[in-house]
Amino acid sequence: MTEGLARRACITGAAQSQVGRRLGRDPLELTLDACIAAIEDAGLSRQDIDGLATYPGNVGTPRGFSGAGISEVHDALRLELDWFDGGPEQPGQLGAVINACMAVATGVVKHVLVFRSVWEGTAQGKGGRQGLGLPGEEGGSGRAPRMSGMMEFTLPFRSYSAANWIAMSAQRHFYEYGTTREQLAQIALNARSNAALNPKAIYREPMSLDDYLSARMISTPFCLYDCDVPVDGATAVVVSSTEAARDCRKPALWVESVGSALRGRPSWDQFDDLTTMALRDAGAMLWERTDLKPADVDVAELYDGFSFIALAWLEALGFCGKGEGGAFVEGGARIARNGELPLNTHGGQLSAGRLHGYGFLHEACVQLWGEGGERQVPGDPRVAVAAAGGGPLGGCLLLRRD
Amino acid sequence: MADKPFRLLPRLSDRNRHFWQGGEHGELRFLRCEPCRSFIHPPQPVCPDCLGKQLAPAAVSGRATVLTFTLNHQPWVPSPDHPYCIAIVEIEEQRGLRLMTNIVHCPAERVSIGMPVQVVFEKHEDVWIPLFEPREDPA
Ligand SMILES: [Zn+2]
Repeated sequence: MTEGLARRACITGAAQSQVGRRLGRDPLELTLDACIAAIEDAGLSRQDIDGLATYPGNVGTPRGFSGAGISEVHDALRLELDWFDGGPEQPGQLGAVINACMAVATGVVKHVLVFRSVWEGTAQGKGGRQGLGLPGEEGGSGRAPRMSGMMEFTLPFRSYSAANWIAMSAQRHFYEYGTTREQLAQIALNARSNAALNPKAIYREPMSLDDYLSARMISTPFCLYDCDVPVDGATAVVVSSTEAARDCRKPALWVESVGSALRGRPSWDQFDDLTTMALRDAGAMLWERTDLKPADVDVAELYDGFSFIALAWLEALGFCGKGEGGAFVEGGARIARNGELPLNTHGGQLSAGRLHGYGFLHEACVQLWGEGGERQVPGDPRVAVAAAGGGPLGGCLLLRRD
Repeated sequence: MADKPFRLLPRLSDRNRHFWQGGEHGELRFLRCEPCRSFIHPPQPVCPDCLGKQLAPAAVSGRATVLTFTLNHQPWVPSPDHPYCIAIVEIEEQRGLRLMTNIVHCPAERVSIGMPVQVVFEKHEDVWIPLFEPREDPA
């Protein structure tokens, strides 16, 4: 076993801004709300913060995808930074947290503030989800920009959204392993029942299997309830070194190990196994650098930008065998809040809103600190997995409280 | 074809022109490494196997198999032909030589994984988009 990060980086604070469908608030303000609250949660002041990291940084498109970049937060809080990093080319959304862990583990900095901020709800307005937000007037090809990079081999085929690309993964999984829509539904139904206990969740009213099966199709086999809900909101965490964590208010949540691997081709359609995607490699790596086993995990917070991704993470992380995800979630009891492996206890992105990976990390922290209130899982959880990403994006963290 | 759907088009370059304009000659062309004889997609300046640069476009038969697909119902872009089929197909000449595409000239509900298909081209401006239609396998 490689030593990995064990006990050289930990999470010491976590916070979330107001979260809502269309808040119409300044996204930088939401970002700062989360950042200030996370610093306070750690029992620190902003003078203690010497590192800053984010995903994906200050990118303009798709509109609403990023609420703030490094420089805006740096300047607004007048931070004095020894290290900072923001960008989209990382092992999934949690790549920024992994970078922060390495920065504190190597002694470069003591406390890194990591944030992720979105305002896709407001940006998309009432017109509904717009895929990648590219221009698409009918008959307007002469006026539309020409595509290059990864878009060159996806968009000319009218596949405008990750919904299409992940749907093709799910379809292949259905074909190879006999997975069914009724099984996939459990990811969405479980998220909805957990959301009922989360006051900040977006969709809290009960949902039945019939509701799910009769919802309109988006891209087969995905219906509306297989797709997450765009929101406005920001999440922030503080990542601290072992020594620096002693100054903090709460018990350290050790980053026992990370999964940042991408050993196959970095592509939505060229990855060798269409049923697994990058999650396969990130999930495998997580267990290569720890003595803990999947059976030691008390709570799993796994990305569900589309329902199938959570199922794929369950397999990739070894909670069940490859191809067995459908059977694992069947009936829903195993993944319920009081089940063998409580999953997405805040409602996931499907029901609590698309905070783009960081809602899962935030919830893992909440559960490990015993702050879940009504939705707290029983049994004093000490080990959690937070995972984010799908397609060629994938990163995960194994968190442990002493 | 008067009823071609709206498509975003690729930016052409010396690297990709063989692929997007092969349809003018009725050919689906991929870059191929001369020493390795292996096809490369998307096109890149060196062979991923031998790292050599002896690469040249070569035509394939256009025969392929559906690896996976989805029927898109969501009107990301307004169009009268929803649902339409997006697929990933594997080209007959080489295992792992894949392409995202659309399956056309076939009711969307009839598309299935493993279905044999054949390339057809849909011209937009200076680009020939490679699409696939069902193919009858010789008995
Ligand atoms: Zn070669």
